[in-house]
Amino acid sequence: MANIISDETIEYVGILAKLELSDEEKEQAKKDMGSMLDYIDKLSELDTEGVEPMSHVFPVKNVFREDVVTNGDTREQILKNAPGQKDGMFVVPRTFE
Amino acid sequence: MAKQYETVIGLEVHVELATKTKIFCGCSTEFGGEPNTHTCPVCTGMPGSLPVLNKQVLEYAVAVGLATNCTITQYCKFDRKNYFYPDNPQNYQISQLYLPICRDGKVEIETENGKKFVGIHEIHMEEDAGKLIHDEWEDCSLVDYNRSGVPLIEIVSEPDMRSAEEVIAYLEKLRMTIQYLGASDCKLQEGSMRADVNLSIREVGTKEFGTRTEMKNLNSFKAIARAIEGETERQIDLLESGQKVVQETRRWDDNKGESYAMRSKEDAQDYRYFPDPDLVPIVLDDTFLEEIRKRQPEFREEKMLRYKEEFDIPEYDIEIITGSKHMADIFEATVALGSQPKKVSNWLMVETLRLLKENNMDPEDIRFSPENLAKLIALTDGKAINSSVAKEVFEVMFEQDIDPEKYVEEKGLKTVNDEGALRKTIEEIVAANPQSVEDYHNGKERAIGFLVGQTMKAMKGKADPGLVNQILKELL
Amino acid sequence: MNILDMTAVSLGAAIKNKEVTVLEATEAVLAQIEAKESEYHCYVTVDREGALAAAERIQKKIDAGELTGPLAGVPVAIKDNMCTEGMLTTCSSKILGNFVPTFSSEAVLNLQKAGAVILGKTNMDEFAMGSTTETSAFGVTKNPRNPEHVPGGSSGGSAAAVAAQECFYALGSDTGGSIRQPASYCGVVGLKPTYGTVSRYGLIAYGSSLDQIGPLCKDVTDCATIMEIIATHDPKDSTSVQRDDTDFTGALVDDVKGMKIGIPRDYFGEGLDPEVKEAVLAAAKVLEAKGAIVEEFDLSLVEYAIPTYYTIAAAEASSNLERFDGIKYGYRTEEYEGLHNMYKKSRSEGFGPEVKRRIMLGSFVLSSGYYDAYYLKALRVKALIKKAFDEAFAKYDVILGPVAPTTAPKLGASLSDPIKMYLSDIYTISVNLAGLPGLSIPCGMDSKGLPIGLQMIGDCFNEKKLIRAAFAYEQARGAFGKKEDE
Repeated sequence: MANIISDETIEYVGILAKLELSDEEKEQAKKDMGSMLDYIDKLSELDTEGVEPMSHVFPVKNVFREDVVTNGDTREQILKNAPGQKDGMFVVPRTFE
Repeated sequence: MAKQYETVIGLEVHVELATKTKIFCGCSTEFGGEPNTHTCPVCTGMPGSLPVLNKQVLEYAVAVGLATNCTITQYCKFDRKNYFYPDNPQNYQISQLYLPICRDGKVEIETENGKKFVGIHEIHMEEDAGKLIHDEWEDCSLVDYNRSGVPLIEIVSEPDMRSAEEVIAYLEKLRMTIQYLGASDCKLQEGSMRADVNLSIREVGTKEFGTRTEMKNLNSFKAIARAIEGETERQIDLLESGQKVVQETRRWDDNKGESYAMRSKEDAQDYRYFPDPDLVPIVLDDTFLEEIRKRQPEFREEKMLRYKEEFDIPEYDIEIITGSKHMADIFEATVALGSQPKKVSNWLMVETLRLLKENNMDPEDIRFSPENLAKLIALTDGKAINSSVAKEVFEVMFEQDIDPEKYVEEKGLKTVNDEGALRKTIEEIVAANPQSVEDYHNGKERAIGFLVGQTMKAMKGKADPGLVNQILKELL
Repeated sequence: MNILDMTAVSLGAAIKNKEVTVLEATEAVLAQIEAKESEYHCYVTVDREGALAAAERIQKKIDAGELTGPLAGVPVAIKDNMCTEGMLTTCSSKILGNFVPTFSSEAVLNLQKAGAVILGKTNMDEFAMGSTTETSAFGVTKNPRNPEHVPGGSSGGSAAAVAAQECFYALGSDTGGSIRQPASYCGVVGLKPTYGTVSRYGLIAYGSSLDQIGPLCKDVTDCATIMEIIATHDPKDSTSVQRDDTDFTGALVDDVKGMKIGIPRDYFGEGLDPEVKEAVLAAAKVLEAKGAIVEEFDLSLVEYAIPTYYTIAAAEASSNLERFDGIKYGYRTEEYEGLHNMYKKSRSEGFGPEVKRRIMLGSFVLSSGYYDAYYLKALRVKALIKKAFDEAFAKYDVILGPVAPTTAPKLGASLSDPIKMYLSDIYTISVNLAGLPGLSIPCGMDSKGLPIGLQMIGDCFNEKKLIRAAFAYEQARGAFGKKEDE
């Protein structure tokens, strides 16, 4: 296996992705990610010099909306699924130190 | 010998655009609604919702870019900036990294040492975040997404500024330009203009930049100036004591006059930007750019030159009036209605400025219409009201934009030009104040002032003071 | 004729002719669901009351002449990653286990406008990540053709529901084969339209640049008819395309004379089950016999499609799934210390292993220092793959091949090795990368009695060619074995 994923990498990606893995999951993740990356490395066989990265497959462009208010007050709906709400707002753990 | 340091400053200025709706959905951008009443699935990150770009945002961004001499990117895209925070409902912000809408601009500022250019690295479009409120009772925070998705442009300058004065001059210049475009009201206090300061120091004469810090939470020009001073000192102290400046984001506390690092081990600062697959590229042809260019307004410098040629008003007045697009608009519209420029300028320079100051308001907050100002001037011109009544009426007009003609009529404030009635009143006053009459005859010129005052009082201020004087002199 | 045996279009006609009422059809299919669900588990949510109420409402509109479309009154099942107002929408994930959307996806609204009776929401691989429907947080779905086997995925619940007659047709979504592969495993027809043809508004995103909604149904006529209803330009979806060629039923013509069909040699190499190969080539012979010009060619780059796909899909998914954070909706962990711990615990407990695996991979390939090497490289290879298809479509009207290398594997046989599981997507994935339409139609059974699927791939916006070829093939093939016990 060419790609060896370190504990630090798994830890770091966990911070980025907001995922907390158990030790067992971490070991599995190291293995999985290593083999996936080995597999993805296959792409380096291809010469892509001068090839533009393609995000959209056909040339759609310039999709706009007009600056007109179309939405009213739907607060009740917006908050309907919230795990915690208070005074018309979403409750989250304290964000200020 | 003590080392000489130079401060190097670059600015990231966020400006909330004056669109009616948010950047990617049809929610209102109105300020100050009840929490979460200006929200929808798109700006609260509901599963399945998708963004569609508000065309006005693009037009404003291009207009600002052209006004700041930028090159407009004719093939541009939006990227996602990924980071978790509760004010960011999707946990990614739609912004522009790889192909921002504008690049390589510059603006000219006035400094102590003359004119100078500040380079603009880029301008990009992005969405604003929601607002977090701390709940003291429950020890939690509450999220309001009304501001989430309000369109912003971020104007990133080159590190071309060397002092707080230059920074303020640059910000004033940006503010003026953007206000003239009508692209934003640029109010620092309300957060529609926000500046983050990137600052580093280096020894005078060195070419390399020092390590920079980024300062946030600067809500006024004063705070910006203080923060620059404070951070410069902090960095000098660090270097002088043999320590290093750490590249970090710091939050300025203007009450304490100091900043502190915003660091967290959960904060990796790796935003994993990639093109947003939900949005399609923006391709701008020359015709579009030409149209925006044609719509550009007359900016302040041009306006000042024109005023000097067209209107016989002092240069100082011109500077003040053109210092606010709104005030200049009122000036021109009132003049267009036939009022004499000098008189319009006087009302703006004296009474308007006084009332703005007393009420702690910006010129942008002026509510009275040019029509009403023109009417008020016409009333005084025709001597229908005297100047003290005019000031009284103006105060009401300033507050509620009333029609001065109607108001004067309703309140019975018209100057009494019925000479007979006035003469009768004066005769009564003269009869009732023999001492003053005697003083006058004894050469005390001041005594006549007292009699005029008594007359005006009896007439409830509605007499023409010139006429009162004239009759009094006759009678005496 | 038994109501359940009817296709969607024939039921629609029977309702219009007052041979069957909407309520009778709805009750019949609800009874079938009741009888078969414990065995197959096609649904996450069955909305019995809602369906019965809708049936009455729709009947009245049909009677009043307000609803005249071909599918008015026909009961449908919706994959559980499409938002349905007021109806649980889970993506078969614990993290959305209690999520009730406040709006419906555009495709569902279009069906409702056409008089569809929504029966409920079908099971799927969690967030559409998987090829077997085994990654669902709410239990596996079994293949109605043989319950020891998987139905495929990720739209396994939708495909199985059609095959088990637990609905008359269903909507699925296809990011890398998620409509075509389960259609193939379950012996039904499935179509992934050209990217941008069906609005993604309300579809809970997996890989935004690849996702596309499409029908799973009993035959090609149903397929074309459903497409006419769901293919609309939607101003709420910036990637939605304005098309004026959506009269798909016009392509239901039994004529392939002169049609040029290309068979990519690369699709018939190592790893392809001989029985699948035989059935697919036999289908090609059928079309050739009807006058199509069939020839082999080299498509190239086939082996690069999977790594390209997993890079792009994982990257987009890692970002798309960031919004599931325990704040606005869905699952929030019980106990936590502070904000970041809440995020981490909610997400770690809320997502299953396959989803976490792809989020980790996606976050990694986008992270600082790797973006160019992985993500941009994948977007460049995507451009090459698209070009290879462009060259092929300069010569051929339709590309024909297998949907999957094998028929449906046994339950529990695939998940252990992710790479092996991903390899089963080899023939479907490049279609998504290139934004092309792809259709899956049953073309035989293997010796275990499991269906084999034939895939037809067209150039962008050429669904009609696929529909014509598939319809012609279907006419020649005749009725496909409805169920193993019939």
